[in-house]
Amino acid sequence: MAKKSKLKLGLYWAASCGGCEIAVVELREKILLLDEAADILFWPVAMDFKVKDVEAMPDGHMDVCLFNGAIRTSENEEMAHLLRRKSKVLVAFGSCAYEGCIPGLANLFDKDSILRRVYLEVPTVDNPRGVLPQPATHLPEGEVEIPRLYNTVKTLGQVTDVDYFVPGCPPQPHQIWAVVEAILGGKLPPKGSVVGANEKTVCDECKRLREEKRIKKFYRYHEIIPDPEHCLLEQGIVCAGPATRGGCGALCPQVNQPCRGCYGPPPNVMDQGAALLSAVASVVDANSEEEAARIVGDILDPAGTFYRFGLPASTLHRARLGNR
Amino acid sequence: MRKISIDPITRLEGHGKIDIFLDDEGNVANAYLIIPELRGFEKFVEGRPVEELPDITPRICGVCPEAHHMASVKACDAVYHVEVPPTAKKLRELFYSAFYVADHTTHFYILAGPDFVVGPDAPPAERNILGLIHKVGVEVGGKVIRARGMAMDIIGMLGGRRVHPLFGVPGGVGKAITEEERAQIEAIAREEVEFALFTLDLFRKIVLGNSAYRDMILSDIFTLPTYYMGLVDEQNRVNFYDGMVRVVDPEGKEFVKYAPHEYVAVIAEHVEPWSYLKFPFLKKVGWKGLVAGKDSGVYQATPLSRLNAADGMATPRAQEAYEEFYATLGGKPVHHTLAIHWARVIEILYAAERLLELSTDPEITNPHVRNIPTAKPDEGVGIVEAPRGTLTHHYITDERGLVVKCNLIVGTTNNYAPIAMSVRQAAQGLIRKGQVITEGLLNRIEMAFRAYDPCFGCATHAVGQMPLEVRIYDADGSLTQVISRA
Amino acid sequence: MAGTFEPRIIAFVCNWCTYTAADNAGVSRLEQPPNVDVIRVMCSGRIEPAFILKAFAMGADGVIVSGCHPPGDCYYTNGNYKTFRRMPLVERLLEQFGIEKERFHWGWISGAEAIKWAQLTHEFTERVRALGPLNWSRQLESKED
Repeated sequence: MAKKSKLKLGLYWAASCGGCEIAVVELREKILLLDEAADILFWPVAMDFKVKDVEAMPDGHMDVCLFNGAIRTSENEEMAHLLRRKSKVLVAFGSCAYEGCIPGLANLFDKDSILRRVYLEVPTVDNPRGVLPQPATHLPEGEVEIPRLYNTVKTLGQVTDVDYFVPGCPPQPHQIWAVVEAILGGKLPPKGSVVGANEKTVCDECKRLREEKRIKKFYRYHEIIPDPEHCLLEQGIVCAGPATRGGCGALCPQVNQPCRGCYGPPPNVMDQGAALLSAVASVVDANSEEEAARIVGDILDPAGTFYRFGLPASTLHRARLGNR
Repeated sequence: MRKISIDPITRLEGHGKIDIFLDDEGNVANAYLIIPELRGFEKFVEGRPVEELPDITPRICGVCPEAHHMASVKACDAVYHVEVPPTAKKLRELFYSAFYVADHTTHFYILAGPDFVVGPDAPPAERNILGLIHKVGVEVGGKVIRARGMAMDIIGMLGGRRVHPLFGVPGGVGKAITEEERAQIEAIAREEVEFALFTLDLFRKIVLGNSAYRDMILSDIFTLPTYYMGLVDEQNRVNFYDGMVRVVDPEGKEFVKYAPHEYVAVIAEHVEPWSYLKFPFLKKVGWKGLVAGKDSGVYQATPLSRLNAADGMATPRAQEAYEEFYATLGGKPVHHTLAIHWARVIEILYAAERLLELSTDPEITNPHVRNIPTAKPDEGVGIVEAPRGTLTHHYITDERGLVVKCNLIVGTTNNYAPIAMSVRQAAQGLIRKGQVITEGLLNRIEMAFRAYDPCFGCATHAVGQMPLEVRIYDADGSLTQVISRA
Repeated sequence: MAGTFEPRIIAFVCNWCTYTAADNAGVSRLEQPPNVDVIRVMCSGRIEPAFILKAFAMGADGVIVSGCHPPGDCYYTNGNYKTFRRMPLVERLLEQFGIEKERFHWGWISGAEAIKWAQLTHEFTERVRALGPLNWSRQLESKED
């Protein structure tokens, strides 16, 4: 086999938690193979290359950049544009970059309400002069700048052109490896595809027994001890499995937790939250409007339940500004 | 004034930059550690059912999701006024001990290790886990990957996902363990204890056995006397999962000991306009600025702090290591920032021993692992020791259990003032007038930060010659590529 | 700005009942405001919550969903059962998004109820007019700070 030149790879994190980095670490010994095949040119968690090193690269210098994290600040957006320029292929890696993920729940609020809560209202804060972080502060020694916080959390695809999407919070290591192999083997599907997941829903991989869905009452998962063998949704626990793309191995139902939807919408579904709402409500066993309203009334937080991971990517993107 | 920016800081979890201002003589007038990120968890959890917070709050950090998960679950227990069955408590601590082994291991070897093994002034392209493996050899790398991996396997066994696992529930844990699972965990725990002892030995050889590093550890530049905080059990021994929070002053005397729900009386947070991160301090001492010593409310919450705040370790070999630590460094408390790395390794040993203890507890396979909450939810505080420091989750809910207010004091947040001071001290001590500022020198300033923050591992490559081959086939079944490491 | 605000209203109506009513209202020359755009589906059970959200996202100031009376009128027996199981959740979801519940109406109008249809279009249009434009996309285009 002819020896190919090493792939030039970058990994970066925007408004993220670092879980996608750990998921890459969970490749374990397969990381060695990645090392044989690729040169990592930028990866702040592990390597000491700085932003100025990226700026000094010619455009398109990196073959692939795995970009995780949502776009929450001006710095996140600047790095998205920079890495887009410096990479041939830009991958939205993980749920935050793909659809906004948990930080996206901030789209139910706005920048001002967040700043007020964190810096003025929490019981431990001691801030009598009401100081808030400022984009620029003039200190005795000079000027210090910090990024601007946006009102709206955005996905990577909403600020720049993205070549591929890898879903999951985080993407499961075996799926990450499948994507790496596809990249190394030059076997990627058409641009714009979701990779590292399958074409069905989580239910397809879930080992629980499914019979008929006729829900008379919804339970919050701490209110009952569910039967370990049977479908959780059938037992009245809201499970996002029916409206979530599969590929993760359905890990959460194996440990008696309902799926929360972290792999995003199934193929051909644009709005995961709306699809999940519809799926869950459709199987409510109610034959009158009153009964239906009563049963679905036990779902206390529709927005947070159905849009746990995909709010920025959803149809409405965010709650109304000035809402609260 | 001339400004030098280190952007971003690397080999840690999270975002940050250091702005160093030089006066006309070339001395450091000041150095600022700036945190440029904020996501707003304390706000956007409002309106969520409180029992969903053990799934939402781990997304604060994907390196220590287990810490947030556990603090959140304990806060939920308190909100619902529900008792956790004894086996569930032990299982939670077992899960938590496995997490500590994994997390501390990755930090020591992958994030911190390169500075000591390859050297602080080595070229950046070598100063990472790759370079470390080339220096120390394949065997060590393989051991690290295996040890970390086995601990993560326990996480996956109990919590499903290995990153953002879901194990705790209000009132208990999601599943009990079978005898088969217990035996697997015990076997892993025994290996982890050996691995921890090996790591301690490696630390003695590579770091303590090197006079330049010993001098660095003991130097004034990397010494910072403050108050120290950590969770302790009823005998004032270090405990990661539960207990009272104990704070000692810079001389080692107990300053305060408080239960989780009392935290608001003890801790306050200061705000500066040049950073998104707040500066916690001890309320009763007061905020005196970025100043060390007994009259300043600045405190540290790190592995070193936990050892300083406690009277000992709860397991035998960790206790021996603790005694050796203080004997070597001249007694308690220790103020040497770089000694945090050593304290961290001692904690790997404690976590491994605790994991073994719990895996052989006679009650551990008991199937009763959940109590269903019945009381009306209202308010609760949950505290654990995250690897990076004392972690506090405080929730107030309405009568349906929807979150109305949330306050979080996160591990590293406790340390913002001391880290900022360590960085400034290092900058002022290392950059002197007229001196050429090399990349290595800037890295030594970063080392002042790295000691505090285990961050997460990125066990990147470099086990050198571990034999492995990957064969890539196309859709027709033809072999298109073989990648091998012989 | 000169002139009154003219709400843009999208109505998803089922073929067999409400569409028939709307058609009859037209043929009977019952006066209706021009603000309501009717989208015909075969059954109110076909209406995915996503349609309602998309209507608002694309500029609707108000949305109507209307089908056959339960329990017995649905042409497909129980398609409308799906409707009344979903719509309460959609209402509450919209509220969490800050879309006032007066902007969303769901209910039942049979083929014989042309007058009820015409009345609904009038009342709903005025109700939404009083709330003002929703203009959903504008907040996404607005400068971030």
